[in-house]
Amino acid sequence: MPEQLIWGMEVFLNGLMAGVLYALVALGFVLIFKASGIFNFSQGVMALFAALTLVGIMEGQVPFSHLINAVFGTEVHHFGWHVPALAAILLTMVVMVALAWLVNHFIFRHLVGQEPIILFMATIGLAYFLEGFGDMMWGSDIKKLDVGLPQGINGTIDEVTYNIFGYGFFIDNLDIMATLVAALLVAALVVFAQYSKHGRAMRAVADDHQAALSVGISLNFIWVMVWSLAGFVALVAGIMWGTKSGVQFSLSLIALKALPVLMLGGFTSIPGAIVGGLIIGVGEKLFEFIIGPMVGGATENWFAYVLALIFLVFRPQGLFGEKIIERV
Amino acid sequence: MLDATEGYTTEDGRKIGGVVMEMHNITLRFGGVVAIKDISFDIREGEIRAIIGPNGAGKSSMLNVISGFYNPQEGEVWYKGAKRPPMKPYQVARQGIARTFQNIALFDGMSVLDNIMTGRIRQMQAGLLAQALWKGKAEQEEVENREAVEKIIDFLEIQYIRKTPVGRLPYGLKKRVELARALAAEPSILLLDEPMAGMNVEEKEDMSRFILDVNDEFGTTIALIEHDMGVVMDLSDRVVVMDYGKKIGDGSPDEVRNNQAVIDAYLGVAHD
Repeated sequence: MPEQLIWGMEVFLNGLMAGVLYALVALGFVLIFKASGIFNFSQGVMALFAALTLVGIMEGQVPFSHLINAVFGTEVHHFGWHVPALAAILLTMVVMVALAWLVNHFIFRHLVGQEPIILFMATIGLAYFLEGFGDMMWGSDIKKLDVGLPQGINGTIDEVTYNIFGYGFFIDNLDIMATLVAALLVAALVVFAQYSKHGRAMRAVADDHQAALSVGISLNFIWVMVWSLAGFVALVAGIMWGTKSGVQFSLSLIALKALPVLMLGGFTSIPGAIVGGLIIGVGEKLFEFIIGPMVGGATENWFAYVLALIFLVFRPQGLFGEKIIERV
Repeated sequence: MLDATEGYTTEDGRKIGGVVMEMHNITLRFGGVVAIKDISFDIREGEIRAIIGPNGAGKSSMLNVISGFYNPQEGEVWYKGAKRPPMKPYQVARQGIARTFQNIALFDGMSVLDNIMTGRIRQMQAGLLAQALWKGKAEQEEVENREAVEKIIDFLEIQYIRKTPVGRLPYGLKKRVELARALAAEPSILLLDEPMAGMNVEEKEDMSRFILDVNDEFGTTIALIEHDMGVVMDLSDRVVVMDYGKKIGDGSPDEVRNNQAVIDAYLGVAHD
Protein backbone atom coordinates (compact mmCIF):
# COMPACT_ATOMS: atom_id res chain seq x y z
CA MET A 1 0.00 0.00 0.00
CA PRO A 2 1.41 3.41 -0.91
CA GLU A 3 2.68 5.48 1.99
CA GLN A 4 0.51 8.46 1.10
CA LEU A 5 -2.66 6.41 1.45
CA ILE A 6 -1.65 5.03 4.83
CA TRP A 7 -0.82 8.51 6.11
CA GLY A 8 -4.12 9.69 4.68
CA MET A 9 -5.93 7.07 6.75
CA GLU A 10 -4.15 8.23 9.88
CA VAL A 11 -5.06 11.83 9.11
CA PHE A 12 -8.66 10.75 8.53
CA LEU A 13 -8.86 9.05 11.94
CA ASN A 14 -7.29 12.03 13.67
CA GLY A 15 -9.76 14.27 11.85
CA LEU A 16 -12.66 12.22 13.20
CA MET A 17 -11.34 12.65 16.74
CA ALA A 18 -10.85 16.39 16.33
CA GLY A 19 -14.36 16.58 14.90
CA VAL A 20 -15.77 15.03 18.04
CA LEU A 21 -14.38 17.91 20.07
CA TYR A 22 -15.98 20.47 17.74
CA ALA A 23 -19.22 18.55 17.97
CA LEU A 24 -19.16 18.71 21.77
CA VAL A 25 -19.28 22.50 21.66
CA ALA A 26 -21.85 22.55 18.86
CA LEU A 27 -24.06 20.26 20.93
CA GLY A 28 -24.44 22.92 23.63
CA PHE A 29 -25.59 25.44 20.99
CA VAL A 30 -28.17 23.04 19.59
CA LEU A 31 -29.66 22.25 22.99
CA ILE A 32 -30.42 25.84 23.87
CA PHE A 33 -31.45 26.80 20.35
CA LYS A 34 -33.91 23.92 20.13
CA ALA A 35 -35.55 24.56 23.46
CA SER A 36 -35.70 28.34 23.54
CA GLY A 37 -34.80 29.71 20.12
CA ILE A 38 -31.81 31.49 21.64
CA PHE A 39 -28.57 31.31 19.71
CA ASN A 40 -26.21 31.18 22.66
CA PHE A 41 -23.02 32.95 21.66
CA SER A 42 -21.61 32.37 25.14
CA GLN A 43 -21.47 28.56 24.82
CA GLY A 44 -17.71 28.64 24.22
CA VAL A 45 -17.13 30.93 27.19
CA MET A 46 -19.28 28.63 29.30
CA ALA A 47 -16.89 25.79 28.42
CA LEU A 48 -13.96 28.00 29.43
CA PHE A 49 -15.67 29.05 32.64
CA ALA A 50 -16.47 25.44 33.51
CA ALA A 51 -12.86 24.38 32.92
CA LEU A 52 -11.53 27.33 34.96
CA THR A 53 -13.85 26.49 37.83
CA LEU A 54 -12.92 22.83 37.71
CA VAL A 55 -9.19 23.57 37.87
CA GLY A 56 -9.77 26.19 40.57
CA ILE A 57 -11.67 23.76 42.76
CA MET A 58 -9.24 20.90 42.19
CA GLU A 59 -6.23 23.06 43.06
CA GLY A 60 -7.96 24.60 46.06
CA GLN A 61 -7.60 28.09 44.60
CA VAL A 62 -9.25 30.93 46.51
CA PRO A 63 -11.85 32.52 44.23
CA PHE A 64 -11.43 36.27 43.65
CA SER A 65 -8.02 36.09 45.34
CA HIS A 66 -6.65 39.02 43.32
CA LEU A 67 -9.60 41.16 44.31
CA ILE A 68 -9.44 40.10 47.97
CA ASN A 69 -5.69 40.73 48.15
CA ALA A 70 -6.00 44.12 46.49
CA VAL A 71 -8.80 45.29 48.76
CA PHE A 72 -7.65 43.87 52.09
CA GLY A 73 -3.91 43.84 51.47
CA THR A 74 -3.79 40.12 52.25
CA GLU A 75 -1.76 37.44 50.51
CA VAL A 76 -4.20 34.54 50.07
CA HIS A 77 -4.01 32.37 46.97
CA HIS A 78 -4.69 28.79 47.92
CA PHE A 79 -6.69 27.01 50.57
CA GLY A 80 -3.94 24.45 50.68
CA TRP A 81 -6.05 21.43 49.85
CA HIS A 82 -6.60 19.37 46.72
CA VAL A 83 -10.02 18.11 45.78
CA PRO A 84 -10.27 14.73 44.00
CA ALA A 85 -11.27 15.03 40.32
CA LEU A 86 -14.68 13.40 40.61
CA ALA A 87 -15.76 15.54 43.57
CA ALA A 88 -14.47 18.64 41.80
CA ILE A 89 -16.46 17.78 38.67
CA LEU A 90 -19.62 17.41 40.75
CA LEU A 91 -18.97 20.72 42.51
CA THR A 92 -18.36 22.41 39.15
CA MET A 93 -21.67 21.04 37.94
CA VAL A 94 -23.35 22.64 40.95
CA VAL A 95 -21.74 25.94 39.94
CA MET A 96 -22.98 25.51 36.36
CA VAL A 97 -26.54 24.84 37.54
CA ALA A 98 -26.36 27.96 39.72
CA LEU A 99 -25.12 29.88 36.69
CA ALA A 100 -28.04 28.53 34.65
CA TRP A 101 -30.49 29.73 37.27
CA LEU A 102 -28.87 33.18 37.45
CA VAL A 103 -28.82 33.55 33.66
CA ASN A 104 -32.49 32.69 33.41
CA HIS A 105 -33.55 34.70 36.43
CA PHE A 106 -31.72 37.90 35.63
CA ILE A 107 -31.61 37.91 31.82
CA PHE A 108 -33.75 35.63 29.71
CA ARG A 109 -36.86 35.49 31.89
CA HIS A 110 -37.28 39.18 31.13
CA LEU A 111 -36.73 38.80 27.40
CA VAL A 112 -39.45 36.26 26.65
CA GLY A 113 -41.08 36.94 23.30
CA GLN A 114 -38.38 39.35 22.14
CA GLU A 115 -36.84 39.28 18.67
CA PRO A 116 -34.13 36.62 18.13
CA ILE A 117 -31.54 39.34 17.49
CA ILE A 118 -32.19 40.83 20.93
CA LEU A 119 -31.76 37.43 22.59
CA PHE A 120 -28.57 36.96 20.57
CA MET A 121 -27.20 40.33 21.72
CA ALA A 122 -27.96 39.33 25.30
CA THR A 123 -25.88 36.18 24.90
CA ILE A 124 -22.98 38.25 23.50
CA GLY A 125 -23.22 40.40 26.60
CA LEU A 126 -23.30 37.27 28.72
CA ALA A 127 -20.20 35.94 26.92
CA TYR A 128 -18.18 39.08 27.71
CA PHE A 129 -19.43 39.21 31.27
CA LEU A 130 -18.60 35.56 31.88
CA GLU A 131 -15.13 35.92 30.39
CA GLY A 132 -14.36 38.88 32.65
CA PHE A 133 -15.97 37.20 35.64
CA GLY A 134 -13.97 34.01 35.07
CA ASP A 135 -10.80 36.08 34.88
CA MET A 136 -11.63 37.94 38.10
CA MET A 137 -12.61 34.76 39.92
CA TRP A 138 -9.79 32.41 38.91
CA GLY A 139 -7.05 34.57 37.34
CA SER A 140 -5.92 34.72 33.72
CA ASP A 141 -2.84 32.47 33.69
CA ILE A 142 -2.80 29.27 31.64
CA LYS A 143 -3.59 26.29 33.84
CA LYS A 144 -2.96 22.61 33.45
CA LEU A 145 -6.00 20.38 33.78
CA ASP A 146 -5.57 16.72 34.67
CA VAL A 147 -8.62 14.80 35.80
CA GLY A 148 -6.90 11.48 35.24
CA LEU A 149 -7.93 10.96 31.61
CA PRO A 150 -5.46 8.80 29.68
CA GLN A 151 -3.22 10.77 27.37
CA GLY A 152 -0.54 10.08 24.80
CA ILE A 153 -0.22 7.56 21.99
CA ASN A 154 -2.45 4.51 22.12
CA GLY A 155 -0.08 1.53 22.18
CA THR A 156 -2.52 -1.08 20.89
CA ILE A 157 -3.53 0.88 17.81
CA ASP A 158 0.12 1.68 17.16
CA GLU A 159 1.05 -2.00 17.35
CA VAL A 160 -1.87 -3.37 15.35
CA THR A 161 -1.48 -0.86 12.54
CA TYR A 162 2.27 -1.47 12.51
CA ASN A 163 1.70 -5.17 12.02
CA ILE A 164 -0.76 -4.56 9.17
CA PHE A 165 0.74 -1.61 7.30
CA GLY A 166 4.27 -1.57 8.59
CA TYR A 167 3.54 1.87 9.94
CA GLY A 168 2.10 2.62 13.40
CA PHE A 169 -0.77 5.14 13.54
CA PHE A 170 -0.50 7.90 16.11
CA ILE A 171 -3.88 8.12 17.81
CA ASP A 172 -4.12 10.03 21.09
CA ASN A 173 -5.76 8.18 23.98
CA LEU A 174 -7.48 11.41 25.00
CA ASP A 175 -9.14 11.66 21.59
CA ILE A 176 -10.44 8.12 21.89
CA MET A 177 -11.78 8.98 25.33
CA ALA A 178 -13.43 12.12 23.99
CA THR A 179 -15.10 10.11 21.25
CA LEU A 180 -16.51 7.61 23.73
CA VAL A 181 -17.73 10.35 26.06
CA ALA A 182 -19.35 12.28 23.20
CA ALA A 183 -21.10 9.16 21.91
CA LEU A 184 -22.44 8.41 25.39
CA LEU A 185 -23.51 12.01 25.88
CA VAL A 186 -25.41 12.18 22.61
CA ALA A 187 -27.13 8.84 23.20
CA ALA A 188 -28.16 9.96 26.68
CA LEU A 189 -29.45 13.32 25.45
CA VAL A 190 -31.48 11.78 22.64
CA VAL A 191 -33.05 9.19 24.96
CA PHE A 192 -33.75 11.89 27.55
CA ALA A 193 -35.42 14.20 25.02
CA GLN A 194 -37.51 11.47 23.40
CA TYR A 195 -38.59 9.23 26.24
CA SER A 196 -38.73 11.13 29.51
CA LYS A 197 -41.23 13.48 31.08
CA HIS A 198 -38.83 16.41 31.28
CA GLY A 199 -37.47 15.72 27.81
CA ARG A 200 -40.98 15.85 26.42
CA ALA A 201 -41.67 18.99 28.43
CA MET A 202 -38.52 20.52 26.92
CA ARG A 203 -39.73 19.82 23.39
CA ALA A 204 -43.19 21.04 24.33
CA VAL A 205 -41.87 24.39 25.57
CA ALA A 206 -39.85 24.77 22.37
CA ASP A 207 -43.04 24.24 20.39
CA ASP A 208 -45.73 26.31 22.12
CA HIS A 209 -45.50 28.27 25.39
CA GLN A 210 -49.24 28.57 26.00
CA ALA A 211 -49.97 24.93 25.39
CA ALA A 212 -47.05 23.96 27.64
CA LEU A 213 -48.45 26.10 30.45
CA SER A 214 -51.90 24.60 30.03
CA VAL A 215 -50.65 21.07 30.71
CA GLY A 216 -48.77 22.17 33.82
CA ILE A 217 -45.23 22.81 32.59
CA SER A 218 -43.32 25.59 34.35
CA LEU A 219 -41.47 27.51 31.65
CA ASN A 220 -38.83 28.83 34.04
CA PHE A 221 -38.05 25.36 35.33
CA ILE A 222 -37.54 24.05 31.80
CA TRP A 223 -35.37 27.01 30.83
CA VAL A 224 -33.14 26.55 33.88
CA MET A 225 -32.98 22.85 33.09
CA VAL A 226 -31.93 23.49 29.49
CA TRP A 227 -29.26 26.01 30.51
CA SER A 228 -28.00 23.51 33.08
CA LEU A 229 -27.81 20.83 30.40
CA ALA A 230 -25.90 23.25 28.18
CA GLY A 231 -23.66 23.95 31.21
CA PHE A 232 -23.06 20.22 31.59
CA VAL A 233 -22.16 19.86 27.93
CA ALA A 234 -19.90 22.91 28.31
CA LEU A 235 -18.21 21.24 31.27
CA VAL A 236 -17.54 18.07 29.28
CA ALA A 237 -16.20 20.12 26.36
CA GLY A 238 -14.14 22.20 28.79
CA ILE A 239 -12.59 19.10 30.35
CA MET A 240 -11.66 17.62 26.96
CA TRP A 241 -10.26 20.85 25.47
CA GLY A 242 -8.63 21.88 28.74
CA THR A 243 -6.86 18.54 29.09
CA LYS A 244 -5.73 18.70 25.48
CA SER A 245 -4.41 22.22 25.29
CA GLY A 246 -4.48 23.68 28.81
CA VAL A 247 -7.15 25.90 30.31
CA GLN A 248 -6.60 29.28 28.68
CA PHE A 249 -8.77 32.12 27.52
CA SER A 250 -8.34 31.27 23.84
CA LEU A 251 -10.55 28.30 24.68
CA SER A 252 -13.56 30.56 24.28
CA LEU A 253 -12.65 30.92 20.60
CA ILE A 254 -13.49 27.29 19.91
CA ALA A 255 -17.06 28.53 19.92
CA LEU A 256 -16.26 30.12 16.56
CA LYS A 257 -15.34 26.71 15.16
CA ALA A 258 -18.72 25.46 16.28
CA LEU A 259 -20.47 27.89 13.94
CA PRO A 260 -19.51 26.14 10.69
CA VAL A 261 -20.32 22.84 12.39
CA LEU A 262 -23.83 24.10 13.08
CA MET A 263 -24.29 25.42 9.55
CA LEU A 264 -23.41 21.99 8.21
CA GLY A 265 -25.42 19.95 10.67
CA GLY A 266 -28.38 22.28 11.13
CA PHE A 267 -29.12 24.35 14.19
CA THR A 268 -31.90 22.12 15.49
CA SER A 269 -30.47 18.63 15.21
CA ILE A 270 -28.48 16.83 17.90
CA PRO A 271 -27.21 14.12 15.49
CA GLY A 272 -26.56 16.96 13.03
CA ALA A 273 -24.13 18.60 15.45
CA ILE A 274 -22.17 15.35 15.64
CA VAL A 275 -22.12 14.63 11.91
CA GLY A 276 -21.29 18.29 11.18
CA GLY A 277 -18.42 18.17 13.65
CA LEU A 278 -17.01 14.98 12.13
CA ILE A 279 -17.23 16.36 8.58
CA ILE A 280 -15.46 19.57 9.58
CA GLY A 281 -12.83 17.70 11.57
CA VAL A 282 -12.06 15.17 8.84
CA GLY A 283 -12.46 17.75 6.07
CA GLU A 284 -10.00 20.24 7.45
CA LYS A 285 -7.39 17.59 8.32
CA LEU A 286 -7.57 15.88 4.93
CA PHE A 287 -7.65 19.21 3.09
CA GLU A 288 -4.53 20.31 4.95
CA PHE A 289 -2.87 16.97 4.18
CA ILE A 290 -3.70 16.90 0.46
CA ILE A 291 -4.10 20.52 -0.65
CA GLY A 292 -2.17 22.21 2.14
CA PRO A 293 1.33 21.65 0.73
CA MET A 294 0.26 23.11 -2.64
CA VAL A 295 -0.97 26.41 -1.18
CA GLY A 296 1.58 26.84 1.56
CA GLY A 297 -0.38 25.25 4.45
CA ALA A 298 -2.39 26.82 7.28
CA THR A 299 -5.63 25.84 5.57
CA GLU A 300 -7.13 24.66 8.86
CA ASN A 301 -7.79 28.27 9.80
CA TRP A 302 -10.24 28.91 6.99
CA PHE A 303 -11.36 25.58 5.53
CA ALA A 304 -14.31 25.13 7.89
CA TYR A 305 -15.69 28.59 7.16
CA VAL A 306 -15.45 28.21 3.40
CA LEU A 307 -17.24 24.87 3.63
CA ALA A 308 -19.95 26.52 5.72
CA LEU A 309 -20.30 29.30 3.12
CA ILE A 310 -20.80 26.75 0.37
CA PHE A 311 -23.47 25.06 2.47
CA LEU A 312 -25.21 28.37 3.09
CA VAL A 313 -25.56 28.83 -0.66
CA PHE A 314 -26.83 25.36 -1.54
CA ARG A 315 -28.49 24.02 1.61
CA PRO A 316 -29.12 26.81 4.10
CA GLN A 317 -30.97 24.59 6.59
CA GLY A 318 -27.93 22.32 6.94
CA LEU A 319 -27.89 18.55 6.53
CA PHE A 320 -30.35 17.74 9.29
CA GLY A 321 -32.06 21.05 10.06
CA GLU A 322 -35.74 21.70 9.57
CA LYS A 323 -36.48 23.09 6.18
CA ILE A 324 -37.76 26.64 6.39
CA ILE A 325 -40.83 27.04 4.24
CA GLU A 326 -42.69 30.34 4.21
CA ARG A 327 -46.27 30.26 3.08
CA VAL A 328 -47.32 33.14 0.90
CA MET B 1 -82.25 26.35 45.17
CA LEU B 2 -79.85 23.51 45.90
CA ASP B 3 -77.32 23.50 48.72
CA ALA B 4 -73.64 23.71 47.66
CA THR B 5 -72.80 20.27 49.02
CA GLU B 6 -75.99 18.53 47.87
CA GLY B 7 -76.21 16.66 44.62
CA TYR B 8 -79.04 15.65 42.34
CA THR B 9 -79.78 13.19 39.59
CA THR B 10 -80.55 14.34 36.07
CA GLU B 11 -83.46 13.13 33.97
CA ASP B 12 -81.19 10.75 32.08
CA GLY B 13 -79.91 9.30 35.33
CA ARG B 14 -76.48 10.91 35.69
CA LYS B 15 -75.40 11.87 39.20
CA ILE B 16 -74.44 15.51 39.70
CA GLY B 17 -72.42 16.24 42.84
CA GLY B 18 -71.73 19.29 44.99
CA VAL B 19 -70.09 22.53 43.93
CA VAL B 20 -66.46 22.04 42.86
CA MET B 21 -65.72 25.57 41.70
CA GLU B 22 -67.24 28.91 42.58
CA MET B 23 -66.63 32.30 41.03
CA HIS B 24 -67.45 35.14 43.40
CA ASN B 25 -68.01 38.63 41.98
CA ILE B 26 -65.24 38.37 39.41
CA THR B 27 -64.19 41.61 37.73
CA LEU B 28 -61.45 41.64 35.10
CA ARG B 29 -60.12 44.82 33.53
CA PHE B 30 -57.59 45.49 30.79
CA GLY B 31 -56.62 49.09 31.43
CA GLY B 32 -59.88 50.97 30.99
CA VAL B 33 -61.72 48.11 29.31
CA VAL B 34 -63.88 46.00 31.58
CA ALA B 35 -63.92 42.48 30.14
CA ILE B 36 -65.82 40.84 32.97
CA LYS B 37 -68.03 42.75 35.38
CA ASP B 38 -69.02 41.36 38.75
CA ILE B 39 -69.88 37.82 37.68
CA SER B 40 -70.66 34.96 40.03
CA PHE B 41 -71.55 31.38 39.19
CA ASP B 42 -70.61 27.87 40.22
CA ILE B 43 -69.70 24.57 38.62
CA ARG B 44 -70.94 21.29 40.06
CA GLU B 45 -69.14 17.99 40.01
CA GLY B 46 -70.04 15.81 37.05
CA GLU B 47 -72.09 18.36 35.16
CA ILE B 48 -71.65 19.91 31.76
CA ARG B 49 -71.70 23.62 32.33
CA ALA B 50 -71.81 25.99 29.37
CA ILE B 51 -70.88 29.63 29.18
CA ILE B 52 -72.48 31.25 26.17
CA GLY B 53 -72.86 34.72 24.80
CA PRO B 54 -72.41 36.76 21.63
CA ASN B 55 -68.92 37.61 20.34
CA GLY B 56 -66.98 39.83 22.70
CA ALA B 57 -69.17 38.97 25.68
CA GLY B 58 -66.15 37.98 27.79
CA LYS B 59 -66.54 34.19 27.62
CA SER B 60 -62.93 33.47 26.74
CA SER B 61 -61.75 35.92 29.39
CA MET B 62 -63.80 33.99 31.93
CA LEU B 63 -62.21 30.71 30.84
CA ASN B 64 -58.79 32.32 31.11
CA VAL B 65 -59.60 33.42 34.65
CA ILE B 66 -60.58 29.87 35.61
CA SER B 67 -57.41 28.41 34.05
CA GLY B 68 -55.15 31.04 35.59
CA PHE B 69 -54.04 32.75 32.37
CA TYR B 70 -55.65 35.97 33.70
CA ASN B 71 -55.88 37.00 37.31
CA PRO B 72 -59.01 39.08 38.05
CA GLN B 73 -58.65 42.47 39.76
CA GLU B 74 -61.63 41.79 41.99
CA GLY B 75 -63.46 38.74 43.20
CA GLU B 76 -62.56 35.32 44.47
CA VAL B 77 -62.14 31.92 42.91
CA TRP B 78 -63.04 29.00 45.17
CA TYR B 79 -61.88 25.55 44.15
CA LYS B 80 -62.75 22.38 46.06
CA GLY B 81 -63.89 24.36 49.07
CA ALA B 82 -60.83 26.59 49.41
CA LYS B 83 -60.12 30.09 48.19
CA ARG B 84 -57.54 30.00 45.42
CA PRO B 85 -54.69 32.52 45.67
CA PRO B 86 -53.46 34.17 42.43
CA MET B 87 -51.70 31.43 40.49
CA LYS B 88 -49.66 30.83 37.37
CA PRO B 89 -51.38 28.82 34.63
CA TYR B 90 -49.10 25.81 35.13
CA GLN B 91 -49.96 25.71 38.84
CA VAL B 92 -53.67 25.74 38.04
CA ALA B 93 -53.11 22.92 35.56
CA ARG B 94 -51.36 20.88 38.23
CA GLN B 95 -54.38 21.31 40.51
CA GLY B 96 -56.36 19.35 37.97
CA ILE B 97 -57.88 21.96 35.68
CA ALA B 98 -57.17 21.06 32.07
CA ARG B 99 -58.16 23.10 29.06
CA THR B 100 -58.27 23.35 25.30
CA PHE B 101 -57.87 26.49 23.23
CA GLN B 102 -60.15 28.16 20.72
CA ASN B 103 -57.45 28.24 18.05
CA ILE B 104 -55.74 24.99 19.08
CA ALA B 105 -52.46 25.02 20.96
CA LEU B 106 -50.74 21.72 20.27
CA PHE B 107 -47.07 20.83 19.91
CA ASP B 108 -46.92 20.66 16.11
CA GLY B 109 -43.51 19.04 15.89
CA MET B 110 -44.37 16.17 18.22
CA SER B 111 -46.37 13.01 17.47
CA VAL B 112 -49.98 12.59 18.59
CA LEU B 113 -48.81 10.12 21.23
CA ASP B 114 -46.17 12.50 22.62
CA ASN B 115 -48.64 15.37 22.65
CA ILE B 116 -51.07 13.35 24.74
CA MET B 117 -48.25 12.13 26.99
CA THR B 118 -47.46 15.75 27.93
CA GLY B 119 -50.95 15.81 29.42
CA ARG B 120 -49.82 13.22 31.98
CA ILE B 121 -47.25 15.52 33.59
CA ARG B 122 -49.47 15.89 36.63
CA GLN B 123 -49.43 12.12 37.18
CA MET B 124 -45.69 11.70 36.74
CA GLN B 125 -43.75 12.24 39.94
CA ALA B 126 -40.23 11.00 39.16
CA GLY B 127 -37.62 13.70 39.66
CA LEU B 128 -35.19 15.08 37.14
CA LEU B 129 -32.29 12.97 38.35
CA ALA B 130 -34.26 9.72 38.24
CA GLN B 131 -35.39 10.66 34.76
CA ALA B 132 -31.90 11.45 33.60
CA LEU B 133 -30.67 8.12 34.88
CA TRP B 134 -33.80 6.33 33.61
CA LYS B 135 -34.08 4.04 36.54
CA GLY B 136 -36.74 2.14 38.43
CA LYS B 137 -39.52 4.51 39.25
CA ALA B 138 -39.19 6.69 36.18
CA GLU B 139 -39.34 3.72 33.85
CA GLN B 140 -42.28 2.13 35.61
CA GLU B 141 -44.10 5.46 35.60
CA GLU B 142 -43.53 5.90 31.89
CA VAL B 143 -45.06 2.49 31.19
CA GLU B 144 -48.09 3.05 33.42
CA ASN B 145 -48.83 6.46 31.97
CA ARG B 146 -48.38 5.15 28.48
CA GLU B 147 -51.14 2.61 29.19
CA ALA B 148 -53.48 5.32 30.43
CA VAL B 149 -52.79 7.36 27.30
CA GLU B 150 -53.47 4.39 25.03
CA LYS B 151 -56.90 4.02 26.64
CA ILE B 152 -57.72 7.63 25.84
CA ILE B 153 -56.46 7.19 22.29
CA ASP B 154 -58.81 4.21 21.89
CA PHE B 155 -61.66 6.11 23.44
CA LEU B 156 -61.35 9.06 21.05
CA GLU B 157 -60.76 6.75 18.07
CA ILE B 158 -57.42 8.18 17.00
CA GLN B 159 -55.33 4.97 17.04
CA TYR B 160 -54.52 5.27 13.34
CA ILE B 161 -52.73 8.59 13.76
CA ARG B 162 -50.80 7.79 16.94
CA LYS B 163 -47.36 8.33 15.44
CA THR B 164 -48.24 11.18 13.07
CA PRO B 165 -46.75 14.59 13.82
CA VAL B 166 -49.65 16.80 14.86
CA GLY B 167 -48.71 19.54 12.40
CA ARG B 168 -49.81 17.31 9.52
CA LEU B 169 -53.33 16.61 10.81
CA PRO B 170 -56.51 18.27 9.54
CA TYR B 171 -58.29 20.77 11.77
CA GLY B 172 -60.99 18.48 13.14
CA LEU B 173 -58.51 15.82 14.23
CA LYS B 174 -56.28 18.42 15.86
CA LYS B 175 -59.23 19.48 17.98
CA ARG B 176 -59.72 15.86 19.00
CA VAL B 177 -56.03 15.43 19.89
CA GLU B 178 -56.21 18.55 22.00
CA LEU B 179 -59.21 17.09 23.82
CA ALA B 180 -57.26 13.87 24.32
CA ARG B 181 -54.32 15.75 25.83
CA ALA B 182 -56.57 17.60 28.26
CA LEU B 183 -58.34 14.35 29.12
CA ALA B 184 -55.03 12.59 29.76
CA ALA B 185 -54.57 14.79 32.83
CA GLU B 186 -57.64 13.12 34.39
CA PRO B 187 -58.84 16.62 35.26
CA SER B 188 -61.28 17.57 37.99
CA ILE B 189 -62.57 20.21 35.62
CA LEU B 190 -62.17 20.09 31.86
CA LEU B 191 -62.39 23.50 30.17
CA LEU B 192 -63.26 23.55 26.49
CA ASP B 193 -62.86 26.82 24.61
CA GLU B 194 -65.22 26.70 21.62
CA PRO B 195 -64.71 22.97 20.95
CA MET B 196 -66.94 23.16 17.85
CA ALA B 197 -65.55 26.37 16.32
CA GLY B 198 -64.75 26.09 12.63
CA MET B 199 -66.10 22.56 12.25
CA ASN B 200 -68.51 21.18 9.68
CA VAL B 201 -71.77 19.53 10.75
CA GLU B 202 -70.36 16.02 10.80
CA GLU B 203 -67.33 17.04 12.88
CA LYS B 204 -69.61 18.94 15.26
CA GLU B 205 -71.73 15.84 15.79
CA ASP B 206 -68.62 13.76 16.44
CA MET B 207 -67.32 16.29 18.95
CA SER B 208 -70.68 16.53 20.72
CA ARG B 209 -70.76 12.76 21.03
CA PHE B 210 -67.23 12.70 22.47
CA ILE B 211 -68.04 15.41 25.00
CA LEU B 212 -71.12 13.51 26.18
CA ASP B 213 -69.20 10.22 26.24
CA VAL B 214 -66.34 11.71 28.26
CA ASN B 215 -68.76 13.09 30.79
CA ASP B 216 -70.72 9.85 30.92
CA GLU B 217 -67.80 7.41 30.97
CA PHE B 218 -65.33 9.20 33.26
CA GLY B 219 -67.77 11.45 35.12
CA THR B 220 -65.60 14.41 34.13
CA THR B 221 -66.86 17.85 35.04
CA ILE B 222 -66.89 19.92 31.88
CA ALA B 223 -67.16 23.67 31.46
CA LEU B 224 -67.40 24.77 27.86
CA ILE B 225 -67.72 27.95 25.88
CA GLU B 226 -69.76 28.11 22.70
CA HIS B 227 -71.58 30.69 20.73
CA ASP B 228 -73.54 28.11 18.74
CA MET B 229 -76.74 28.06 20.82
CA GLY B 230 -78.15 24.87 19.31
CA VAL B 231 -75.17 22.72 20.24
CA VAL B 232 -75.02 24.07 23.77
CA MET B 233 -78.66 23.53 24.58
CA ASP B 234 -78.44 19.85 23.61
CA LEU B 235 -75.23 19.23 25.54
CA SER B 236 -75.33 21.08 28.79
CA ASP B 237 -77.00 20.68 32.15
CA ARG B 238 -76.78 24.35 33.10
CA VAL B 239 -75.92 27.45 31.13
CA VAL B 240 -74.46 30.83 32.06
CA VAL B 241 -75.22 33.58 29.55
CA MET B 242 -72.90 36.57 29.26
CA ASP B 243 -73.26 39.80 27.34
CA TYR B 244 -70.90 42.78 27.39
CA GLY B 245 -69.03 41.28 30.34
CA LYS B 246 -72.13 40.88 32.47
CA LYS B 247 -74.13 37.82 33.42
CA ILE B 248 -77.62 38.06 31.98
CA GLY B 249 -78.84 34.55 32.61
CA ASP B 250 -78.08 31.35 34.50
CA GLY B 251 -80.01 28.10 34.64
CA SER B 252 -81.12 25.03 32.75
CA PRO B 253 -81.21 25.25 28.93
CA ASP B 254 -85.00 25.63 29.01
CA GLU B 255 -84.92 28.45 31.55
CA VAL B 256 -82.25 30.26 29.59
CA ARG B 257 -84.07 29.81 26.30
CA ASN B 258 -87.12 31.56 27.68
CA ASN B 259 -85.20 34.34 29.42
CA GLN B 260 -86.14 37.71 27.86
CA ALA B 261 -82.69 39.27 28.42
CA VAL B 262 -81.05 36.35 26.64
CA ILE B 263 -83.44 36.55 23.70
CA ASP B 264 -82.74 40.27 23.43
CA ALA B 265 -78.97 39.76 23.51
CA TYR B 266 -79.04 37.14 20.77
CA LEU B 267 -81.80 38.49 18.51
CA GLY B 268 -81.45 42.18 19.26
CA VAL B 269 -84.14 44.48 20.66
CA ALA B 270 -86.29 46.86 18.69
CA HIS B 271 -85.61 50.42 19.77
CA ASP B 272 -88.60 52.62 19.31
